Formats: sequence, C-alpha cells, structure tokens
Amino acid sequence: MRKEDMIVLENKEIARDIFEMKLGGLLVQDITEPGQFLHIHTSPQPFPLLRRPLSICKTNKAEEYLTVIYRAEGEGTRLLSACSKGSTLDVIGPLGHGFPVSDVSPGEKVLLAGGGVGVPPLYDTGHALKEKGVDVTTVIGFSDKGTVFYEDPFRDIGRVFVSTADGSYGTAGFVTDVMEKEKLAFDRIFACGPVPMLKALETKYPEAEGCISLEERMGCGIGVCLACVCHTRQDPDGSDYRKVCSDGPVFPWKEVVL
Amino acid sequence: MSRIAVELPGLSMKNPIMPASGCFGFGEEMGSLYDLNELGAIALKATTREPRFGNETPRVAETAAGMLNAIGLQNPGLQKVISEKLPKLKSIETPLLANIAGTTMEDYEEVAADLSGTGRVNALELNISCPNVKEGGIAFGTDPSLAAELTERVKAVSSVPVYVKLSPNVTDITDIAKAVERAGADGLTLINTLSGMKIDRKSRKPLLANQAGGLSGPAVKPIAVRMIHEVRRQTQLPLIGMGGISDVEDIIDFIIAGADAVAVGTANFTNPFICPELSRGLEKWLAQEQYTHLYDLQPKEVHSVE
Ligand SMILES: Cc1cc2nc3c(=O)[nH]c(=O)nc-3n(C[C@H](O)[C@H](O)[C@H](O)COP(=O)(O)OP(=O)(O)OC[C@H]3O[C@@H](n4cnc5c(N)ncnc54)[C@H](O)[C@@H]3O)c2cc1C
Ligand SMILES: Cc1cc2nc3c(=O)[nH]c(=O)nc-3n(C[C@H](O)[C@H](O)[C@H](O)COP(=O)(O)O)c2cc1C
Ligand code: FES
Repeated sequence: MRKEDMIVLENKEIARDIFEMKLGGLLVQDITEPGQFLHIHTSPQPFPLLRRPLSICKTNKAEEYLTVIYRAEGEGTRLLSACSKGSTLDVIGPLGHGFPVSDVSPGEKVLLAGGGVGVPPLYDTGHALKEKGVDVTTVIGFSDKGTVFYEDPFRDIGRVFVSTADGSYGTAGFVTDVMEKEKLAFDRIFACGPVPMLKALETKYPEAEGCISLEERMGCGIGVCLACVCHTRQDPDGSDYRKVCSDGPVFPWKEVVL
Repeated sequence: MSRIAVELPGLSMKNPIMPASGCFGFGEEMGSLYDLNELGAIALKATTREPRFGNETPRVAETAAGMLNAIGLQNPGLQKVISEKLPKLKSIETPLLANIAGTTMEDYEEVAADLSGTGRVNALELNISCPNVKEGGIAFGTDPSLAAELTERVKAVSSVPVYVKLSPNVTDITDIAKAVERAGADGLTLINTLSGMKIDRKSRKPLLANQAGGLSGPAVKPIAVRMIHEVRRQTQLPLIGMGGISDVEDIIDFIIAGADAVAVGTANFTNPFICPELSRGLEKWLAQEQYTHLYDLQPKEVHSVE
C-alpha cells in the first residue's frame, strides 16, 4: 500500500454517467490480485473529507497505469468526473484482497457475474483467468441500454451475455435471469454488484464454489475504524465479523451475511 | 532538549501527538505502514468487558467538513485485548493510553484493573462520552456526580494514571471537568464526538443504521477549542485536546487554547501517515519561529501543569 499523487492520463464518459479514468503511477506495481481497490481523495481541496473506494478495473504494469470505472452520482464522484488530463489525484492503494485467481485450475469453467458499477473488477479478473487457460463466461447486468459498458472488452476474454432491467438491451431482467435462460454451467463463480444481486446468486446457487465482492461505506479503507464490517454466516448475531476494506472486499461464497 | 517532547501523567511523550481512540484500532494495521515509535503515544480503541459487535451498518456518513460515526464500541473484549492485541504492541516503546468503556461501574472497574495490571498500558482513558451506545457510557459523561463516583472507583483499582474523556454533549463541560478533578482524575481528554444526524433523501430516513452518530473532523474544531479554553481556566489537570485536528496550525491553536498534548482522529482516515507528518511539521515550525519549546506558545498565566 502506498499514498501517491497519481496522474490522470485520461477521463472520459463511456456510458451515461459512467466514466473510465486512466491513472498513472508507481502504485500500479504494488497490485497483487484483480479485485483490489483504491481509496481516492476526489478533490485537490480538503473536502469532501472522505475518500471514495473504487475498484481497479485494468492494470498495465509495463506502462505503469491502471483504470477505474465509476458512476458520477454524488459529490465526490462528480468532482472526479471533472478532473482533466494531466491533473493529479491523491490515491491510497492497492487495498484489500481480490479474487483468488491462483486457486483456479486451467480448463475450469468460471462464470463472472457483474452488476452495474460492480462490473469493473471482473475485467482484470477475467484477463488473469484467460491467461491461465480458464474457460470464462461473463454475464453483466445494467439498468438500461444507456448505462451498458465494456461488453466488447469482455468479448476478448470469452462469451458475454448482457441483461438490462428494463429490457432495452440484451436479455430483459437480471443477471440471474440470463443464467437461467441460457442454462449456464460453471465450476466456479466470481460476482460483484449490488447486494440484492449477490443475495439472489447465493440463494439460487447455494452449493456453488466462488467469491463475491462487497460494497460498504468506509471511513479509513485500511482496517482501523470498523466502519465497514459485516457479520459472518457462522456467527450471524455474535461478535465475529469481517472488515470489507481489509479482509475483503472479496469473500468466499456464503462466508458473510449479506 | 527536544522542542516537542512533553511529560504527562503516565505518558512520557517524545512529541505531543497521539492518534485518537477509535481511529487507529489497536495499532496493528498502522504498524505495517510506519514505525509506531514515531508517535508520542497511542490511544487504543475502546475496550469493554465482553466482546461487542457494535451497531449495524451504515456506520459512517460524510457531512460538511466532517463525518458522523456510529461504530458502537466494537471490540474483541477485555480478555482478547490482553491476550491478542497488547502483545502485538510489545516491541514498540510508545506509551499506550487504553480507552475503556462499559455499561455499569463494575464493568469499568474490572476492565481498568485488568488492563492496568498488564504492565503494558501506561494510562487509562475513561470513555464516559460515547454518544453511540444506548446504555451506560454517556450517562456517566453527562452527570457530574456519576462521573465523579466512577472516576473515584476506577482510580481505586487502577495502577496507572486515569484520564477522563469528556463529552461535548452537555450544557457546561466545566461542571464535569471540575467534578472528576475533585474525584482524583489525573488528566482530561476532550472532546469526544458531538451527537448528530444525517438524512438520506432517497429513503427519507436517517442514513446511519443507528440513526444518530458522533460528529468529528474539521467541522467540530471551533467547539473543541472553545471547550479546552474553558476547561483550562477551571481545572489544574493536564489536558489532551482533540477535535478536527488536521494540520500543524490546528495543533498550535489547541496548545494556545490550553492543551498539553493533542490527539488526531478523523484525519487518519484522509491521510494514514498524518501523525508522523504532523510531528515533523510541528518541530520544523517551532524551529523556524524560534520557540525553544511548544509550551512557550501558551500564555503563561493559563498553563498550570508543572
Ligand atoms: C470496495 C469497493 C469498490 C467499489 N468499486 C466501485 C467501482 O469500481 N465503480 C463505482 O462506480 N463504484 C464503486 N464503488 C462504490 C463507490 O465507492 C461509491 O459509489 C462512491 O463512494 C459514492 O461516492 P459519491 O461521491 O458519488 O457519493 P456521496 O453520496 O457524495 O458519498 C458520500 C459518502 O458515502 C459513501 N458511499 C456512497 N455510496 C456508496 C457505496 N455504494 N459504496 C460505498 N460507499 C458509498 C462515499 O464513499 C462517501 O463516503 C465501490 C465501493 C467499494 C466499497
Ligand atoms: C470512527 C470513530 C471511532 C471512534 N471510536 C472511539 C472510541 O472507541 N472511544 C473514544 O473514546 N472515542 C472514539 N472516537 C472519538 C475520537 O477519539 C475523537 O474524540 C473524535 O473523533 C474527535 O477528534 P477528530 O475530530 O480528530 O476525529 C471515535 C471517532 C471516530 C471518528
Ligand atoms: S473502512 Fe475503516 S475498517 Fe474498513
């Protein structure tokens, strides 16, 4: 982990309110797993006070840059969307534990399931899996046609299915509807998206092997403030817990209470 | 002599800066980022007799120049703090201020006796001011006679100096300060967070699961400074000041207002390296301004600690 002023190399809208930002800096060399995240101070001013957690989408160690994809929605992400090329951002990272690509064997069938701005961390994950000779299928869901992104980049990795909640593009419905309709079989599943989507997946595939990546509001992002905790399924009402920022954001299938 | 070293009861600090309780865990995570020996002291996360999960999430919310938190004193409980957390701090020399919380006076007594008995804790900080737990705690912090009784009882069982952490959520903070001073407190730490609330416009409900939370960060600094200034004039006790400190100028303001040392909380979240950066920055500033010691900043008539 390091704290670095990273250089904004590119920052462009790739779908409605969805921005892809390319950041250059040494921090890229510290990334160990796909699915780790950055904690970004969104302004050169002291406020907004809290950093915003964003997943690392694409890593290029040779050229020392990475990309993040974010939805410009609240105060901080709107400020980010206004950052111009050549400006710098105060970033700490890489943080957390990503998807355990090293556990997957060549030839295995892995399904990547992403919803909305949960899609980005699956991109590097898919790439790392493909490089290992894993058979990757991607199912990504969005609210409507205007917010669909990265369908083509995922095609370089394997088969891709897209759903939209309003049916304006791809299959109408959610990621789980596509999986049912296409009768998609897999040995392992890696998922990232809104909690209702993760819940639906864990309920539909209770015996699956795999991991989910979780979101929670954060203070520190490094494990000291206990803002981001969740209960474990082993001890749902007790004092056992996991910190999303430092134990996660990626957790084994059904380890934590959603 | 060092310009920034300070001596407080139980806490022999090479600089006046410590991370505030709850903003540094038990030091493990930060210890992997920098050498904890660079800190003046460390205030540990609150310890309670039994393990506590705390409140449900969301536990934090951003506000104008600040944040609300309602962690709810999550901690692994007295036994695990002693067997798992304190041993990890063995190799560093920085003094430790153990923050303790409870529901009953007996809880506080037991935690105080056991933690002070470990030999690794240099002083205790009685948290009678957490706004985020329903039972106990804050009641001790808002009633001068209860606060005094608790202080007396904890003093009786503790083998190390006892600081009392004051709540700003009172009409007159000096009443509590004077009461715990008479009861034998060795020092005061102030301020804890201010009770506040943020509304989530989408759901039309309070954003935090606990509804209310404690406000911290730069937004609370003027309140903290005012309260330290008031308490300084009403008690002889050493004061550890906190509330919104994020740069060297903030520390100088707190010292001038009457603090003998300071704690930095929320700013650790914006910059995990803030504490060592501040101590280097403070030293440099004092040298530039040709002060021989930090306390030379304080108006003579108010600085009452010998
Ligand atoms: C590990 C992790 C990875 C993430 N990866 C991505 C990503 O790749 N792309 C993306 O678009 N979003 C991602 N998110 C969600 C993203 O962090 C929030 O959308 C963002 O913080 C909202 O900030 P804002 O300025 O738009 O909103 P504001 O309303 O101004 O935010 C106020 C506060 O609430 C917090 N907050 C609000 N919504 C969320 C949320 N959904 N999750 C966590 N904190 C929130 C903010 O961080 C901030 O502290 C991720 C979240 C986590 C925890
Ligand atoms: C996330 C968080 C957790 C905290 N936990 C504790 C705690 O366990 N015990 C305590 O006495 N104070 C706790 N505090 C209060 C701080 O120690 C400090 O008094 C307050 O935040 C004001 O300082 P600041 O503005 O520098 O953060 C907590 C504060 C925050 C932000
Ligand atoms: S955000 Fe502070 S512990 Fe996770």
